[in-house]
Order: sequence, then C-alpha cells, then structure tokens
Amino acid sequence: MKDPGVYFIEGNIACAEAAMKVGCRFYAGYPITPASEVMNHLSKELPKVGGRFVQMEDEIASIASVIGSSWTGLKSMTATSGPGFSLMQENLGYAVMTETPCVIVNVQRAGPSTGQATKPGTGDVMQSRFGSQGDYEMIALSPNSGQEMFDFTVRAFNLAERYRTPVVLLADAGVGQMREKVKIPEDVPVKERKRPSSNETEFFDTDEEDHVPPMPDFGEGHELLVTGSTHLGDGTRDTASFSAQDNLVRRLVAKIDGNRKDIEDWEEKNVDGADLVVVSYGSMSRPARGAVKKAREKGLEVGFFRPKVMWPSPEKRLREIGEDSKVLLAELSLRGYRIEVERCVDSDKFYVYDRLNSLPTIDEVYQKIEEVLS
Amino acid sequence: MITAEEIREKYVRNHPSPFCPGCGGGMVLNAMSRAVESAGIDKKDVVAVSGIGCAAWIPSPHWRVDTLHTTHGRAVAFASGVKIADRDLEVMVVSGDGDCAGIGGNHLLHGARNNIDLNVIMVNNGLYAMTGGQVAPTTEHDEKTLTTPYGNPASSFEVAEVVKAAGASHVARWTTYHMKELVKEVEKAVDTKGFSFIEVLAQCPTRKGKKEGMTGIEMLEWYKENTSKDQDSEKMYVGTFCDVERPELTEEIYRQIERLGGE
Amino acid sequence: MSERIEIKIDRDMCKGCGICIKYCPKEVLARSEDLNQYDNHYPEVVSADKCISCRRCELYCPDFAIEVKEVKDEKEEKE
Repeated sequence: MKDPGVYFIEGNIACAEAAMKVGCRFYAGYPITPASEVMNHLSKELPKVGGRFVQMEDEIASIASVIGSSWTGLKSMTATSGPGFSLMQENLGYAVMTETPCVIVNVQRAGPSTGQATKPGTGDVMQSRFGSQGDYEMIALSPNSGQEMFDFTVRAFNLAERYRTPVVLLADAGVGQMREKVKIPEDVPVKERKRPSSNETEFFDTDEEDHVPPMPDFGEGHELLVTGSTHLGDGTRDTASFSAQDNLVRRLVAKIDGNRKDIEDWEEKNVDGADLVVVSYGSMSRPARGAVKKAREKGLEVGFFRPKVMWPSPEKRLREIGEDSKVLLAELSLRGYRIEVERCVDSDKFYVYDRLNSLPTIDEVYQKIEEVLS
Repeated sequence: MITAEEIREKYVRNHPSPFCPGCGGGMVLNAMSRAVESAGIDKKDVVAVSGIGCAAWIPSPHWRVDTLHTTHGRAVAFASGVKIADRDLEVMVVSGDGDCAGIGGNHLLHGARNNIDLNVIMVNNGLYAMTGGQVAPTTEHDEKTLTTPYGNPASSFEVAEVVKAAGASHVARWTTYHMKELVKEVEKAVDTKGFSFIEVLAQCPTRKGKKEGMTGIEMLEWYKENTSKDQDSEKMYVGTFCDVERPELTEEIYRQIERLGGE
Repeated sequence: MSERIEIKIDRDMCKGCGICIKYCPKEVLARSEDLNQYDNHYPEVVSADKCISCRRCELYCPDFAIEVKEVKDEKEEKE
C-alpha cells in the first residue's frame, strides 16, 4: 500500500490503493482487460496488509466468494469488465437480496459480447442497474479521472457498508487505464456496517427509518439463515406468502430509493439559465467539459452536468434542467444512459452526441454543440 | 451416542422438514449432525453452504448452524470465500448432484484442484427432483426421466473419480443404506485438512422411486444389493477413493500473508 | 436399580416411511393402524422385550422421530 502522497498512476491502480486504504481485506477476481491491473496490483499488495487475495476459476465464482467473505465481516471486492460483469449478474442480485455489502468494479469496455477488449465504452450503464432478475435498486458510481477512481472506490465501500448492499463502481477503460496525477491522502472516511446488539435476532428486517437492518458475522453463534429466496426478518425462507415478498422487496427498494438524498452526487456548472446543458459522465465527460468551456468562451450559453452517481439517477435534477434548457447527452455508447436521460427531458429538447471505440476531441463535441444551438 | 431428541434440539430446526416421506435428505442431516457432534466441533464455528435444489434445503433452514443458501451450482465458490476469509470456520457444503456436478461442475473441479479445506457432501439422487425429475449428469445411459422420455441419450459420469483426479485430499462414496459408515466418513471429512468430497447416493422416492415403481425402502435395499466395499467387485464401489495429503489453499494463502508480515 | 430400554416415538414427527420398521433387526416395530396428524402410519412398539438397543431405527430415521434410551430405574415407574 502506497504512503500518502501524489502519484502518477493508472486509474485501476488508484482503485486498488483506495480499496486497501478504506479497509478492503478480501479480493477475488478473474483476469479481464481492461480491469486486470486492479487484480494484478492487489495480488501483490493486499497480503502485505493482511488481506486475502484469490484468483478464482471465473467471474461467477469471484463474486460468489466475495459475498461469502463479506459474511465473515471482511470488506470485500472484485473487479471485472463487461463479459465478466454479465457473468456476475446472478450473484449481484443475490447480494442485493441477502443485503451483503461488497464492491464490484466494472471497468467498461466496448461491447456487446467480446467487443473491443482494449477500447472504452459505457454500454453497461443499464445492465449495472437492471442486469439481474427481479425488482431492485442499485448504487453505481461513475468516476471520470484517476483521482475519482480513488475517491469513488472509497465511497463505494462506504455506501456498501452503510446501506448493506452491493455497490458498482462503473468505470471505463478511459479512466481505468489512463495514467495521471492521483493524490493519496493520509486518511479517508471509513464507514462500518451496522452491527447487531447482543439480543437481536432479526437481521433481515428493521423498523429503522433508513431501512437498513444490522448485520452479524458468521461464527458468532447467531445460527444465521442467509438465503436468496424471499425470507422473513429472521431469515426464514418464505417462498409463498404475499406479505413476505411485499415487505422484503419494498424495503430493499426503499433502502436505496428512500436514501437518495444521501447517495446522489453530481457536478454541475452554469446550468441555470443555459440554452443548452451538456450531460456527460465517465471518461467522455472530459472532452465534453472541454467543449462546454470552449462554447462559453465563444459566448454560447452552455452548461455542464455530470452525474457522479449514475444509480440512483439524478432524475429530479435532470427534469428541472430539461424544463428550461435543451439537453445534449454525450456518451461513449449508443444506449448507455440514453433511456434514463431521455425520459426526463421532452423529446424536442433532447439531443445526443454518441461515440464508439474512442474518445472524441473537444472540437468534435463542440461542433455538435454548435449544431444543436444553430 | 447422541440421541435423536438431542440432535433435534441442538442441530435441527423448522421441523418436520418438507422432505417427502422416506427421502434420503433427512438421513444426510442425521449423519452430518452426528458427525459434527462426535468430531467435537463447536457448532458455532460451522457454516453450511448450499445451492439450489432439494439437497440445498437439507442445511437451510434445517441445520441449526450458520447457513448460506446461495445460487444454483455456486455453493463451492461461496464456501471458498467464507473459508479463505476466516479459516477458523468449519465450512460444509451440501449440494445435489445436479447442483454440484452439473451447473456447478467447474466450481467443484477447482475447489478440488485448490484442495481448499471444505467438506462437500454431494447428495446424489440421480435426477433433478425439485423441478419434477429431469435428467441429471448422474442419470444412467438409457434411463427414462421427465426429459428423457425415450431413454437418456447421454451417459453419466463418476463424479467421485473426477474429483479425485482433480486433486481432492479425501474422496469417498456411500449410500443412505450405509448410515454408520457415512457418519464416520463425514467425521473424517471434518478432520481432513483439504478438500473432502463425499458422494451420498440418496433415495428420492417421489421423483425417482415412483417412476421405477420403488418405495424409499426398496431403494435402500437396491443400494444394499448393488454396492460393494470391494473395489474389484462388479457392483458399484462404496468406500474411500482417496485420502492423501496435499497443499491446502487457505493455509498456503495465510502462510504467504504471514511471510509478508501482513498478520 | 435396574436398566430398561425405552423406545420413544414422536408420532407427529413421523412421515410413515417405514424405514425404522424395515431396518430393525429384531422386528420390534410395526406399522400402526392409526394415523397421526399428517395421516401417516407411525411405528408402534410390538415386541419391546426383543429390543437390543442397537439404535439402528434412530440412526436411519430421516425425521428424528424415534429414539431408544437406556433408562436407569431406581423406583418402579409406570410402563
């Protein structure tokens, strides 16, 4: 683990360093471009801080063992890219259902399928939210720099522990494999999961306003019933009753949706009164931001909006923006975040700059801004 | 010897179970409880991991220990995470033949290759029972099932031999007819450092028995007549397949951590 | 002080599979005429004196519904 200081490192390395710093002590993964650097780095560094590292036989096993580990009390994570993320969907849903804190890093690449392994893309945005079966809410963060790979990894762990849920760090090859200045601070904020008091027996339901029940560890004598089937507050499987399904699934959704204010985060600049607001995220938001700056220098009333938390989405803010301004979504995919932004903005005000394979230049995005405003 | 009442109080919950009359599942639960009791393990340290299917319901919710009832086929992978994260836990996996050798076959192979210190009990009833009795990787060639109405065009495989070849320290096979031997074998699995795999042929009177016109008792009798402890016999071998020392994954990982000053 | 063997049958835990009856080496048990609350024929002790306390029934019962106890009698108790 690196000492506090300023480093010139890849985003994936920043992510691995942040994980160790915030207390991650279990990593399981499977090699995949462009995410492997997270694993390569942790294989070397994690044991030095007492963490367990294991390379599993596939991504299914990786997330499975991460969930198993989390139930012993260790902060746990895995990292992958699209093809591996697809394999993880089933157990991502299991982590939601069993309320298991863990962090899944998806350094997105160009898809579908094997696509272009070394090229960036953000086509997994919807998958990160809707990829597993059934009704649920997900937290997904979108970094756009090496520094945010560090900071958002810290936040991903803290949100996972705070809300007892899996959290996806939705990076892309652009930020994961780019080398830039990253400051590793002396201390990072650290949140720990809610622990049960000694007489508690309900670990899967709560009357608390935050909807988050306390979580014990294996080996503490609670005779835990952890199951991906619908269950009662004490964990007992109930595969038939209306009330069990209704109580559990509504609470799981409310746990994220009801805490949006605490979870949501975005960057915005010159949005109020703008003729056009460029919405962008991930590595694409960098040329997009540059294009907005150029447009303003040329006297155009253009604002910039960047969701740092993709899920839950900043839908209320997007609607407000769409009331007054045209919206141009700039993204590194054709269907990444489009449906989500489109549903918040009137169709006659909604424009798209979509791009595949590689980042555009600032000028290329700027031309689109000019076109929309002309 | 622990009594049934003591087992019920200490190791069993949500009883009576939903298992069909004469199902082998309860017998496996009986054997596991007796084995943990006689091995002298504190049940607080026992974690039972299972996947999906009738066999997965044996520990969850019926075994009164920490249980992790997971997704189909993934029990060995989940269990590996539990064991690597906390080596002081005694991790048991209870999995059906479809769960363990079908959808979860790759995890089984690599669990054995890693020789990770898990105790895997594969409850083999020869088909997918919970979903109505479809063909499984353990169904015999030509056998009729719900999805092989004209006979199984594929063949079964010897899961125990495969797990042995993959590198497990301890592999054995018994049937629910061999309860005494089974209890001892599970106890031995718990004592083994490394991957222990016990295949238990267990009767499914409902999906398999009815199809073949056999009761649970007749199926037990079939196990008695058609198995042998003699490896050279024509009959199906029951007993130990291997019992060897090999490097164990968790111990090796912790050794590296200690060498690097991590703990 | 004498020792006697007590066979305890929990009728309502029994699913009537008959495995205990089949594997009793001394034919101590037999299928009941009556039904328990789940409509199962549970085992009944028909030859208590033949029981050798091998506890095979207990080991084989899938439902923990039968057990054999060796009880030390200090006083006379009712059968």
